[in-house]
Amino acid sequence: MTAPRTLLDKLWSAHEILRRADGTSLLWVDRHLVHEGSHHAFAKLAERGSAVAEPGLTFAVADHYAPTRARGLAQLPQIARMISTLRDNAARHGLRLFDLDDAEQGIVHVIGPELGLTVPGLLITCGDSHTSTHGALGTLAFGIGATEVAHVLATQTIWQTKPAAMRITIEGALGPGVSAKDIALNWIARLGTGGARGHAVEYSGSAVRALSMEARMTLCNLSIEGGARFGMIAPDEVTLAYVEGRPFAPAGADLERARDAWAELRSDADAAFDREVALDAAEIAPTATWGTSPDQAVPVTGTIPDPDMLPADKAETARAALDYMGLRAGQPIAGTRVDQVFIGSCTNGRIEDLRAAASVLAGRRATVPGMVSPGSAQVKAQAEREGLDRVFVQAGLDWVASGCSMCVGMNGDVVASGQRCASSTNRNFRGRQGPGARTHLMSPAMVAAAAVAGEITDVRPFLAGRAA
Amino acid sequence: MPGWSEHVGTAVALPRDNIDTDQLIPARFMSTPRAQGYGNFLLHDLRRDAHDALDETFPLNTCPDASILVAGRNFGSGSSREAAVYALLDAGFRVVIAPSFGDIFAANAVNNGLLPAQVTPEVAADLAELLASGPREMTVTLESREILCGATRVSFDVKDGWRTKLINGWDDIDLTLDHAARIAAFRDDRRSAAPWAWPRRPGAQYAR
Repeated sequence: MTAPRTLLDKLWSAHEILRRADGTSLLWVDRHLVHEGSHHAFAKLAERGSAVAEPGLTFAVADHYAPTRARGLAQLPQIARMISTLRDNAARHGLRLFDLDDAEQGIVHVIGPELGLTVPGLLITCGDSHTSTHGALGTLAFGIGATEVAHVLATQTIWQTKPAAMRITIEGALGPGVSAKDIALNWIARLGTGGARGHAVEYSGSAVRALSMEARMTLCNLSIEGGARFGMIAPDEVTLAYVEGRPFAPAGADLERARDAWAELRSDADAAFDREVALDAAEIAPTATWGTSPDQAVPVTGTIPDPDMLPADKAETARAALDYMGLRAGQPIAGTRVDQVFIGSCTNGRIEDLRAAASVLAGRRATVPGMVSPGSAQVKAQAEREGLDRVFVQAGLDWVASGCSMCVGMNGDVVASGQRCASSTNRNFRGRQGPGARTHLMSPAMVAAAAVAGEITDVRPFLAGRAA
Repeated sequence: MPGWSEHVGTAVALPRDNIDTDQLIPARFMSTPRAQGYGNFLLHDLRRDAHDALDETFPLNTCPDASILVAGRNFGSGSSREAAVYALLDAGFRVVIAPSFGDIFAANAVNNGLLPAQVTPEVAADLAELLASGPREMTVTLESREILCGATRVSFDVKDGWRTKLINGWDDIDLTLDHAARIAAFRDDRRSAAPWAWPRRPGAQYAR
């Protein structure tokens, strides 16, 4: 009898080509996703005169620098250079590129699952820390740096030391107006931004099983904000129903074989984890960050902590964060005025996210400016078919094209210095949305409520009598 | 990339926790070609005031020759941008000493010859204390995993594989290509055992 194995063990061994004496494994990469930011890696490849080892397993997309207001690049020389470099590299190496005008363009972590490039059992790398998103489908997916991107391009493999296994189990039912974003902000607030460092996190429990595929992506996406390079969820019927019929996903006899293989992708009952954490879904409230790190988060019913009351190792960081954010300790987080809002990103830019925001905004007006950037061109088209774009526009928000946009500010969508933004994104770091920008992370529904109220507010009263 | 086994240099302390890679290099600088140098982008917005003038009191600005940085917990968390490592290297740094590092940052550092030297929180605090009155010379030795500063000698941690790589200055691609036959065999086995792992709609054929 073989020893019980975790999902991580199974995915790891399925991709391990060899292991060195020092414990480092050489892993096979099933999908490699590249974007404009991969230019350093292509330059390294050019220096060596190397070819891309597996162009058929390598996919390129314009997302980080994608203009969202108008796709034209004439007025944007820096951005034009980044995108034309990607085009040149994709053409030189024969890669499928999802370019700005492609009906399948979008944020890399949105289009991977959407197109069926991401299916259970794969190992996926991308030069972006939110690659953990794809783990929602039961893959080993992780962000890598430029040198590693060059290595994957040249060899279709990557050297990695196996992380420790950690399981976060969330049992029970989420309350109305509470989402996967709130689960993530809660565990990160509890364990800290370095809490899962060195670990691969598997999410399990009845609350996770009850999540839609898209909500699972949000949960896995934010793993890196708790320090985990990997986040994953065992595939189940929800996963299979999502994957089937997508253009790059297996079909016919291949799908039959895949189903058999995917059925094995779960941690064995007695598998041992290096670390276990349990959360009660019923205790999770809509949550917002107050500081400059994703673990600086409180329930919307809570107060901004007083650094003097925090442990010494957190006090100084909290003081600096409050100073940067222009907030007072001890104040309720609800009622914090915001200057603008943003809905989008690889964390919360999918159709369900837009529906959740629209259900709050329907028939209401935003009292502050804001923009909504769908996670992909397909999400945009779907939203327009459902009339969600009209809800946003009638509420007074800008409906723009898809890309990483104001989550990272590379395309020029930035929050001005000193301005406060309620944002459905993933990082409230200093300067993340622009120099001096003040970011409050929350769910899309919470952002929508903040847009209407002009301040951080509990979304739940806004949902009374509406389908959330 | 050249290997190294001992580094003697000037150490400066930045005893803050959670210096993420967005702070190490703000995103707006990342479209710059590397050849132009990333040193001036390092901690750009922390080192300057609102008018872009260098803040004379900021630790890094007091010591432009520093090559060893003593930092707080969770250094290099967040974005996978290797540009954060380029900014440190181009500003002259060879070693960062901290109680913990972001996983992706640490791997990126080692891939570029920059040592992420992990120490206990107590040691980090002691070293920061030694530097409180100003920069000092330190010696960092990979083989013994030791840091020497005046009469103070402390240990640091770094994975075996990473230490070997730093000492030898290995390029992973060269190492990997030695295993080309095993990689090809693995690929063929996977292709026949798991044909579903290949995209149904071929990617490369759609290239423009």
